[in-house]
Amino acid sequence: MVDTSRSPTESSGFSRKLAALIIIIYAVVTLIPITWIILTGFKSVTSSITYPPEVFFEPSLEGYVNLFTTRTRQSQEYLEALPPPETWYEELVRSREMVIAGPSKFFGRYANSLIIGFGATFLSVFLGALAAYAFSRFKIPLKDDLMFFILSTRMFPPIAVAVPIFIMYRKIGLGDTHLGMIILYTVVNLSLAVWLLKGFMDEIPREYEEAAMIDGYTRMGAFFKIVLPQATTGIAATAIFCMIFSWNEYAFAVLLTQFNAQTAPPFIPTIIGEGGQDWSAIGAGTTLFLIPVMIFTVVLRKHLLRGITFGAVRK
Amino acid sequence: MASIKLENVYKNFGKTTALKNLNIEIFNGEFFVLLGPTGAGKTTTLRIISGLEQPDSGKIFFDKEIMNDVQPAFRDTSYVFQQFSLYPHYSVYDNLAFPLRSPLRKEKKEVIDKKVTEIAKLLKIDSKLKNKATQLSGGEMQRVSLGRALVRNPNIYLMDEPLSSLDAKLREELRIELKKIQKDLNATILYVTHDHVEATTMADRIGVLKDGVLSQVGTPEEIYDNPNSIYVANRLGSPKINIFDLDKTKIPSKNKATHAGIRPEDISITNKGNYDVYIETVELLGAETVISFKSDNVNGMLLTQTSDTFEEGKKIKIALNNKKMLYFDNNGMRI
Repeated sequence: MVDTSRSPTESSGFSRKLAALIIIIYAVVTLIPITWIILTGFKSVTSSITYPPEVFFEPSLEGYVNLFTTRTRQSQEYLEALPPPETWYEELVRSREMVIAGPSKFFGRYANSLIIGFGATFLSVFLGALAAYAFSRFKIPLKDDLMFFILSTRMFPPIAVAVPIFIMYRKIGLGDTHLGMIILYTVVNLSLAVWLLKGFMDEIPREYEEAAMIDGYTRMGAFFKIVLPQATTGIAATAIFCMIFSWNEYAFAVLLTQFNAQTAPPFIPTIIGEGGQDWSAIGAGTTLFLIPVMIFTVVLRKHLLRGITFGAVRK
Repeated sequence: MASIKLENVYKNFGKTTALKNLNIEIFNGEFFVLLGPTGAGKTTTLRIISGLEQPDSGKIFFDKEIMNDVQPAFRDTSYVFQQFSLYPHYSVYDNLAFPLRSPLRKEKKEVIDKKVTEIAKLLKIDSKLKNKATQLSGGEMQRVSLGRALVRNPNIYLMDEPLSSLDAKLREELRIELKKIQKDLNATILYVTHDHVEATTMADRIGVLKDGVLSQVGTPEEIYDNPNSIYVANRLGSPKINIFDLDKTKIPSKNKATHAGIRPEDISITNKGNYDVYIETVELLGAETVISFKSDNVNGMLLTQTSDTFEEGKKIKIALNNKKMLYFDNNGMRI
């Protein structure tokens, strides 16, 4: 007997279960390092370096306290002479025979990452959308060659030009500035943005903006009122890619930033504790570092899905 | 409202010629229909008038003003596209209000509200104002599209087969509605279609386009009764005009005519007829009956209002109304 209860295009229960199993295994494998680093953030410093590693441990916020503070080691007598600790984190630090000397630089580095990451993403998507629109709609001489040229900026690893950029930035005073890093990440991202967005712009029927131009809008007005909202899917996808790159970028950040505009990626590994790397503080820093880009992706994913169903309804 | 004039307009797309020396004048308050098959250059004409396309040469006048270098927004035309291009991210209300909110007009909120409600009522979409543009049926979308054009008072309304995507009943309704609106507003409309019924029922004047050349301009009656070529004669009327090769029939020739044309309603079945033919098929259309017939060399159609029943294959005698006979030379031009 032939099973007629399901459509021939639908996969069978077995193959779906198999697919789900493969996906789950893959997800677990890729998530292990992330899970481990998040767990490490909640370990005490001693627990984070025990061997064999502890899978079950007593959670502690020591890593987070260490991440946000700088501390000095003090003698037992000195500690006993102090008034009793006012806060739980002071108490925690004193139990390790230390006192809090002040806040760490983490907050500032984190803020730098946010400014540079979102700044570069916004600028890449904005400029990319304008360029993509022009490439999609206008007769531009040597259009294909220009598109290829734009793409060719990604045919070598960006770090290959690190030295000239380093010298150039020092000469024109862009080294270790937010603006410099935003411009740099925008340049790297722009080719991807133009190519991705051009594909999406090509899909938007010209009639929409033609109708808008006849309805009394300039081309620029039609672009912002009609074309951009139509390209939401593309913009969301492009923004996610640009954000992930600018947020995670390490090599240029190490090379070009030091004090003023240093981002979190080069800062986190430099968190040194007493007698070696403070792994729980690094775990805590990495965990916090993951959050914005995760939220950003999840928020935009909604637009991504809506855009896709949207396209299905449209004529 | 304005009168529109195109003077010696040429337009090529690469190697294909879209318009060849087009001269048209559309008078103020006129319903002008451009009739022609796909690829005749109808849409190109609209796009050139609206400013979405630049002519290769030639001039465009609105009233006495030359418009060649004026941006689409400032030409103040309204355009109903063939594919209803509603803004999908807006509601029906916002779609209708969109032209009024443009930086050129910036109407007050109350004015917009009044106009939008008015036009929505007229087009019977007032219950859908809050819907997203994508949540409408095809007919509703096209009415919103018409509404977006009618909500303002432009120099000219340009309509590119606006009814072609609708079902027959709705098309008929909107045809009547559109003609009424045009009369009420005394609007200038340039309407493009390949449907001869739309052309004859709505037009004050019809222009027949062929391969980018304007073949003939005239009132529907003129075009129907007095076509200047076989091509134009074929555009209007259903069933189509009969074109007979004079070498194959007994129809007397005139001057150097090679073909004669006669409309199906000008052929009658009568015992006094001097042509013997066989009935091939019979189509009853209610009040009228279409009979296709054939003789040794030719096929043809006639339209009769008699209620007699006709048998397929039967031999009948037919007579042609010689006063209505049209003669054409071997280039298909009228003699």
